[in-house]
Amino acid sequence: MQAIKHEASVVSGTEGKTVEQKLPARAAFKRRFPSLESADTSPVVRLLVQAIKAVVPPLLGLALLAMVWAVVAKSSGGSLPGPMSTWESAKLLFADPFYQNGPNDQGVGWNILNSLGRVGVGFGLAALVGIPAGFILGRFAFVSAMFAPVISLLRPVSPLAWLPIGLLVFKAASPASIWVIFISSVWPMILNTAAGVRAVPQDYLNVARVLRLSEFKVFTTILFPSVLPHVLTGVRLSIGVAWLVIVAAEMLTGGVGIGFWVWDEWNNLNVEHIIIAIFIVGLVGLLLEQALILLARRFSFGQGV
Amino acid sequence: MEKFVELQGVGKSFDSRKGRFVALRDVNLTIRQGEFVSLIGHSGCGKSTVLNIVAGLYDPSAGIALCGGREIDGPGPERAVVFQNHSLLPWLTCYGNIYLAVEKVFGQRESKAQLKARTEAALALVNLSPARDKYPHEVSGGMKQRVGIARALAMEPKVLLMDEPFGALDALTRANLQDELVKIVEATQATVVMVTHDVDEAVLLSDRIVMMTNGPAATVGEILEVKLPRPRERLALANDSAYHGYRSAVLEFLYQKHLRPAA
Ligand SMILES: Nc1ncnc2c1ncn2[C@@H]1O[C@H](COP(=O)(O)OP(=O)(O)OP(=O)(O)O)[C@@H](O)[C@H]1O
Ligand SMILES: [Mg+2]
Repeated sequence: MQAIKHEASVVSGTEGKTVEQKLPARAAFKRRFPSLESADTSPVVRLLVQAIKAVVPPLLGLALLAMVWAVVAKSSGGSLPGPMSTWESAKLLFADPFYQNGPNDQGVGWNILNSLGRVGVGFGLAALVGIPAGFILGRFAFVSAMFAPVISLLRPVSPLAWLPIGLLVFKAASPASIWVIFISSVWPMILNTAAGVRAVPQDYLNVARVLRLSEFKVFTTILFPSVLPHVLTGVRLSIGVAWLVIVAAEMLTGGVGIGFWVWDEWNNLNVEHIIIAIFIVGLVGLLLEQALILLARRFSFGQGV
Repeated sequence: MEKFVELQGVGKSFDSRKGRFVALRDVNLTIRQGEFVSLIGHSGCGKSTVLNIVAGLYDPSAGIALCGGREIDGPGPERAVVFQNHSLLPWLTCYGNIYLAVEKVFGQRESKAQLKARTEAALALVNLSPARDKYPHEVSGGMKQRVGIARALAMEPKVLLMDEPFGALDALTRANLQDELVKIVEATQATVVMVTHDVDEAVLLSDRIVMMTNGPAATVGEILEVKLPRPRERLALANDSAYHGYRSAVLEFLYQKHLRPAA
């Protein structure tokens, strides 16, 4: 008991010291405002302090961005719209995001949904092909060796280089951009899934061997859950790429979609709308990424992904 | 009682990038049914390798390994393994990990309720009923090890293979589980092969202690028969001269005859 106590005090002692040393500013802050962090502050206050700490730095960053933007806009002499005029324009735009005036003039909402739809289809097909392919490549060294040169050759190709092939084969804009999404997002899924299958710990497979589990049971209780975090990593990388690529592909192919919308607004010289589109693309990408991170965390089982 | 597990001239070598590494050479060992055998030796000498050969997880590179008169051909649930690193599946709860094994072994013959009861009983045996629905990463190292032990015991194997099963446990839990193990083994008449580093544990539990020489090319050095009457009381043994005799015999083998060359 004595020894344990002693050790505990030593540990907490050094810990306290390093914290103070590492964060002198924080120590000074504590000294000046003891009421903010002392033990007797109510939980409400503490929560509030935590919330402020979490919210203030990102807000400052965004404010800085807006400031730089405003300065650049001002010095450009009106050719680049500033934050305020963009904001006004956005309010108008989002007042009616779902209007329809014929095939080439639709609300921004429709454009976003169309792009998301294409990404969804191309990406879904890529998952349908890429994940099983990854399992096969990971499981069978021969197949993996067979396809390694093909994948190494095709993977570094810029997704847009595939667009002409798509147009040639499908003879239509929308399937061609779906094709581009497919081809650009299939690689991360194949490679990550295969890596995940190769990384299944031998220990787990030994458990399966001792229990003489059937192939099906090995897949459902060991391979699949073990590989799932890797699959989700692949999915996350793919969806990032897919969302990057769709804007460029649509700019080239036309039709209804956020990429085409940007191009259209450029032709109309409506720069406010282009800037809004940039924000929309960024925001949607961020949301997709966050959703997948949450999903991955749910299925990581403490394995730290 | 007749011989049950038999290793005849077993050797095992591993092929690595640096060439061939001979881990075991000419291991001969016969284990009777219902016998409790400990494997002891310095770290890295090849104890786990011997155990894995009996488990069927490794094929011997030379010689032959038999169980029940038949050549060991791959692993199976009648030879349950408590792995050195517990090897629980992280996506199953403590209950789920044990249930997986119970379902596989008894699922054909028994109802869901019976399988559930078996799983609950195994958890209770290692005092883990409260941690039933926790995931492996939510419990301590010792608790994980106990789930691994419960999983193996729940399978009611003919041969129980344990690789340092009590290594990660504190002295108190260790003593409790050792006592439980002795009771279970007595009740089920299971044959046990246990790898251990702990001399006291080996003497307390074993009918025979197999002492291995240092690797590479390790083999059986000496075999010590422990003729202490059962049931063995750990408190009474503390003052038993025979007990201390066995203890020093093992210590002498490990620290005089086969002292690990300073690495
Ligand atoms: N799969 C393998 N591939 C290559 N070498 C191996 C493999 N498994 C074991 N070895 C080597 O064989 C030797 C014996 O290993 P083993 O795991 O049986 O030792 P051990 O006696 O169980 O050690 P410890 O007490 O530390 O668990 C070691 O030198 C080890 O490096
Ligand atoms: Mg070992």
